[in-house]
Amino acid sequence: MEAILSLDRVRKSYHKHLAVDDISFNMPKGSIFGLLGPNGAGKTSLIRIITTITQADSGQVYIDGEKLNSNHPKDIGYMPEERGLYKKMKVGEQLVYLAQLKGMPKNQAKSSIKGWMEKFEIEDWWGKKIEELSKGMQQKVQFIATVLHKPKLLILDEPFSGLDPINTNLIKDEIHQLREEGSSVIFSTHRMEQVEEICERIVLVSQGKNILEGKVDAIKNDFKENLFKIEFEGKLPNELNGHFEVISDTDKELIIKADGNTNSNVLLKEIMERGFEIKSFHEMLPSLNEIFIKQVEGKSYE
Amino acid sequence: MNKIWLITKREYFSRVKNKSFILTTLLMPLGILIFGAVAAWIFSQSSDKAKTIAVVDPAGILTDNMPKLNNINFILSDKDLQALGEDVKNESLDGVLEIPSEIDLKSKNLNINYYSDDLLAIDESMSITSSIRSSVRNYKIKALGFDKEIIDNLRVDVDLAPSSIKKLTGDKIEEGEREINEYTGTIGAILGGVIGYLMFFIILLYGSLVMRSVMEEKVNRISEVMISSVKPFELMMGKILGVGLAGLTQLGIWLVFVPVILMIVMPFIGVSSPDVTDMVNIPEAEMKAAMESAPNNEDLAQILKGLSEVNWLKLIPLTLIYFFGGYFAYAALFAAVGSAVGEDINEGQSLTFPIMIPLIISMYISMSAVTAPDSSMAVWASMIPLLSSVVMPVRLPLDPAWWQILISIALLIVFIFATVWLAGRIYRVGILMYGKKASIKELSRWIFYKS
Repeated sequence: MEAILSLDRVRKSYHKHLAVDDISFNMPKGSIFGLLGPNGAGKTSLIRIITTITQADSGQVYIDGEKLNSNHPKDIGYMPEERGLYKKMKVGEQLVYLAQLKGMPKNQAKSSIKGWMEKFEIEDWWGKKIEELSKGMQQKVQFIATVLHKPKLLILDEPFSGLDPINTNLIKDEIHQLREEGSSVIFSTHRMEQVEEICERIVLVSQGKNILEGKVDAIKNDFKENLFKIEFEGKLPNELNGHFEVISDTDKELIIKADGNTNSNVLLKEIMERGFEIKSFHEMLPSLNEIFIKQVEGKSYE
Repeated sequence: MNKIWLITKREYFSRVKNKSFILTTLLMPLGILIFGAVAAWIFSQSSDKAKTIAVVDPAGILTDNMPKLNNINFILSDKDLQALGEDVKNESLDGVLEIPSEIDLKSKNLNINYYSDDLLAIDESMSITSSIRSSVRNYKIKALGFDKEIIDNLRVDVDLAPSSIKKLTGDKIEEGEREINEYTGTIGAILGGVIGYLMFFIILLYGSLVMRSVMEEKVNRISEVMISSVKPFELMMGKILGVGLAGLTQLGIWLVFVPVILMIVMPFIGVSSPDVTDMVNIPEAEMKAAMESAPNNEDLAQILKGLSEVNWLKLIPLTLIYFFGGYFAYAALFAAVGSAVGEDINEGQSLTFPIMIPLIISMYISMSAVTAPDSSMAVWASMIPLLSSVVMPVRLPLDPAWWQILISIALLIVFIFATVWLAGRIYRVGILMYGKKASIKELSRWIFYKS
């Protein structure tokens, strides 16, 4: 696995507060990577180290195999959670300026901006001042500013907050598109349903520590509790037994927990013999949300 | 470097294209114009009513030297006082000036009566007394039988001409070595004074602009994006440069337009140049007195000599270095303040005054440096940044040692870079410590903070 970003025992403290405590992880090139954690877990501190806003007290950060240095900002596109643009500046000028600061030549920036504006159907905004735009519109401009210079590493902190579903999908599609074109994306949020939908890998940070890391599927598998949900019609027999335990039953739905490593085929066969009509049968994998809450709470009680 | 230039350009153009900037730039000369017009109008009010004053002068003391005032007509009259009194009563005259027929040649005092119902304006009575004074003096000199020239020469003008000691010892004055001239010191004083006031004006005008400019990213919540693209030092430098260039543009426009506008508009508002000379039409006697104290030809030659002895090729570039260096040094301080305060402009405003203190002190030191350019205080102050930009130019025409100039400039540059760096550091830590207010204790911690 080639890593676009590697963290090696990164540590950062403010005064006496340890914000990042020995975090290490590798982020594969071309992946969409979820950086998760409750408020105050150290996500932002971590991002600020990667974006060179601040420096780690100890440990190393590598971007594309190279130690983090002052040439890297042009390879990184960062959209902070706190959104903002120069309100008095015109959309076009502002985007050109920000792209130039990332080392993009003016003409290239201009044509690239025009392309993005067409894509987002906002071609006529070039001469508009930021303050004339709505919040959601500003966010589109900010997204363009973040990705304009084709960064190798894209860091998006809560990119969908404040966006309506249509624009959320628009941005989501663009994120996938950028990934196709070779960017790697760090997606920081505490909205788990979005993570599940977008990310392939996650790292879960809590109290400055890396408490969980890996592929989303694998993590879900690791945390599964062998629960199965059966929708049915007809009447349940008074007694249901087999290699499982009934967790709950209503007149339409049955949830069972398999014993040990009982195969789902075995379970299905056992249930089919009970003489009620099965409408659906599927395994209940834990949602990231559940895993998140469990892990974070579990750790904080330690 | 490239990024600093980009930031400078944005700061410059966003300022220069700003409506309020354009408005101030254009309205300031207009304001000066209106002020001037109002002032001219006020002055013209005193001369609107022409007066006629009869002078009774039986001894003929004033005959050849009547007071001259452009709104008062003095007429010599043979009528007796009572008849003239009647004339004043029926308003064909405004007043009667009675010169005594006999003057006590030995008395220092002389009473002259002026009969009128209206009071004389101060400038009127002053010019009347002064013209009478000189006439009476001439009358007395004549009556006592003295030679006027001898009497005039009793008042001796003394000139103290400083000269190099080499003239006494007979040593050869080397080529390029400046002879001491009383006016070289004056040039320094003028130079220091001009820079001092200009600097004060500029810091007052643009200092808080630098501060506000540094706060702009915080107010617009874009500082995190900016600092992930550029170093805070680059941001600060770009801002100081951009605001400085915008300020220079504004000053340049004023420098060109104020005189031009004044020249164009002057005739229309009725302040033509002859009027101006009329207004300050000084009675002949006073003029003479003024001429006596003004530099005579020999003095003028001395001034020219003084001017020519100043090494302008050295003086002008160095003065400019100190001027721009001074701007950078103070602007860097304002940038540091802008970095330290949050988004509230009022917070920063109260910190503006302490920054002005060194400037005010430097102006006082420069005044004393004029009289004692080599005093240890002047020498030290001309090397300390924040003071040097005002104090050193005062000393420059008097050729301070090169090492002093070099140390002073080096210190100034180091100070500027250190302060800008410091401002950048405070700025960076300020971003990390969102919402925290910067107390002095906190600030000092920020400076040494490992970011």
